[in-house]
Amino acid sequence: MDLAYTAAEEEFRARLRDWLADALPTLPPPPPAGDWPARRAYDSDWQRRLYDAGYGNVHRDASPTLRLIFLEETEKAGAPYVGANFVGLLHAGPTIAAEGTPEQRERWLGPILRGEAIWCQGFSEPEAGSDLASLRTKAVRDGDAYVVTGQKIWTSHAEVADWCELLVRTDPGAPRHRGITWLAMPMDAPGVTVRPLRTLAGSAEFAEVFLDEVRVPAANRVGEENDGWRVTMVTLSFERGTAFAGEVVACRRTLDEVAARARANGRWDDPVLRRGLGRLHAEFTALWRLVQWNVSEAAAIGGVPGTGGSVFKLRYSQARQELYDAAAEVLGPGALDLSVPWTRERLSSLSYTIAAGTSQIQRNILAERVLGLPKGR
Amino acid sequence: MDFRLSDDQRALRRGVRDLLDGRFGREALRAAVDREGRLDRKLWRELGDAGFFALRLPEDDGGAGLGLSEAALVFEEAGRALLPGPLVATHLAAGFVPGAADGTLIVTAVSELDCLVQHFDDAGTVVAFASDGTPHAVDASEAVAVRSLDPLTPLHRLPRPCAPEAPGQLPLGAAVLLTAAEQLGSAARSTEEAVRHAKGRVQFGRPIGGFQAVGHLCAEMLVRTEVARAAVYAAAVRGDLTEIAGAKLLADEAAVRGAKDCLQVFGGMGFTWESEVHLHLKRALLRARMWLTTAQAEEIQAQALASEF
Repeated sequence: MDLAYTAAEEEFRARLRDWLADALPTLPPPPPAGDWPARRAYDSDWQRRLYDAGYGNVHRDASPTLRLIFLEETEKAGAPYVGANFVGLLHAGPTIAAEGTPEQRERWLGPILRGEAIWCQGFSEPEAGSDLASLRTKAVRDGDAYVVTGQKIWTSHAEVADWCELLVRTDPGAPRHRGITWLAMPMDAPGVTVRPLRTLAGSAEFAEVFLDEVRVPAANRVGEENDGWRVTMVTLSFERGTAFAGEVVACRRTLDEVAARARANGRWDDPVLRRGLGRLHAEFTALWRLVQWNVSEAAAIGGVPGTGGSVFKLRYSQARQELYDAAAEVLGPGALDLSVPWTRERLSSLSYTIAAGTSQIQRNILAERVLGLPKGR
Repeated sequence: MDFRLSDDQRALRRGVRDLLDGRFGREALRAAVDREGRLDRKLWRELGDAGFFALRLPEDDGGAGLGLSEAALVFEEAGRALLPGPLVATHLAAGFVPGAADGTLIVTAVSELDCLVQHFDDAGTVVAFASDGTPHAVDASEAVAVRSLDPLTPLHRLPRPCAPEAPGQLPLGAAVLLTAAEQLGSAARSTEEAVRHAKGRVQFGRPIGGFQAVGHLCAEMLVRTEVARAAVYAAAVRGDLTEIAGAKLLADEAAVRGAKDCLQVFGGMGFTWESEVHLHLKRALLRARMWLTTAQAEEIQAQALASEF
């Protein structure tokens, strides 16, 4: 049990801190909420700066520990989040790196790392959410292309994306997991229609993507035909591993701000509220330790976070919702005012127990894969 | 940074588990209940020989020279096995009170909060600990027996003020941490027992663990246990009082709710005296009031928030 960082790790941290101190003041102001082209430009610019400084592929190149330090320091410094580059850097890119041909890696990875290409994810469908393997968007081979027809949903940044990592059914007769293929679809191809989906928080960060006989070159297939499920699963666990580590740092800062506000407006004198905030402090401290635990495990087994990610995700998503519920208590009437950021964050936090595997699916994973219980019904 | 257990730490944990499996298995646990919590002095000596109490003393003083992390692993195993006795008090008294380190003397402590004393009839001495960890002898001549909630922990009450010699302003970090470690072990054991039962118990033609209502209960037990584990181990490594208090808060919850959920999974059998479940629940409830209560722990966390900002 060693929580001390090595000299090399501390040196990485110090260099990153220095670079952030120089780089962040030169950033333009962040784009207004809902302006997706401006968001794209802003996130791409940031990724380009990271690339030029040697941090472009830190999520994949660096050891899990260095990656954790990167997430911690960028969050503490108030640097931009990975944003529109999330799918490219954390899903599609790693999949192409692991399963693509040399030509495919050459073609797609460079633009992702330099912030030139934005990717979105075409996995979920209206009838295939938690049960992703039941997806029905079909692709029929026609010469040197696949003709794709169907509908995808919950696609973040679809409006501004260049590419979509798309799961399609190529063999309707095969067992569910065996008839799926992974394609890289250009978003400007004829037959692609994007319709923004307004969330309960009022924002339009998701979209529905309608596909009507879209021709995708067969050369854009990563992995073998009908092997797309395995190709996808290679990198999907990444999302539940340490992707939220930076957010734990952010939540701890928010909690400090909520406590300060409570002291200023007198709510701190309410022992129920005060002790509730205290409990959240213990929660987020423990969640950070759990991240360090998971990172240590990941470093030891070669980089892929294990089921510890499900434990973390279950507890973190709940704690985040409790944090903003507590913030609402402190705000009083401000809890009903959408111009108050915490009020908007409270609404947004409701997606955390659903996105990236619902809490119910996470519990199934733990029950079946960790505890060895029979498959549930 | 490598938060995982070292090879030595893993070996230590295995050694203690083997020792307790052999010397304090299910039958010994039953026998202890039948003795109404009176301690097995021979076992206590063996614990002393195994270094249970002298673990953190310097090697020159007959100890093992290990740290709080190792002690936490040992006490986690004690919690798993439901090992009875004033283990924390005797461990803390080692090096101060002659006979504590090697297990020839059972040392118990009075808690300022409740003025309660565990295992009074078996203890050779009653102490109160000052904030710096120094034990002070306490006059326990007016101790009165209490009907203890926990069948394995006889309790006496002292008249107030019960610890005038050692007015501890701050909770004793090591005591809080080691009690949290015991809670962690209990939580882990409750999770395992619930899962074992859910795999074997068949209703409606299938193991009940195949019903999500039961499986998800078990998954939540695991989550609470693993979050508490990260908190307890990190607090042991860092020795920071705020972090220790947070670890106790989460470990108390993991142990108490874990035992309750285990009882629920066991159904009617969990409600019987025969089952082990109630012993974990009752001890967890007792430990949750020992050295630091939930309310105190939450206030310490709140103060940390206020001061950090």
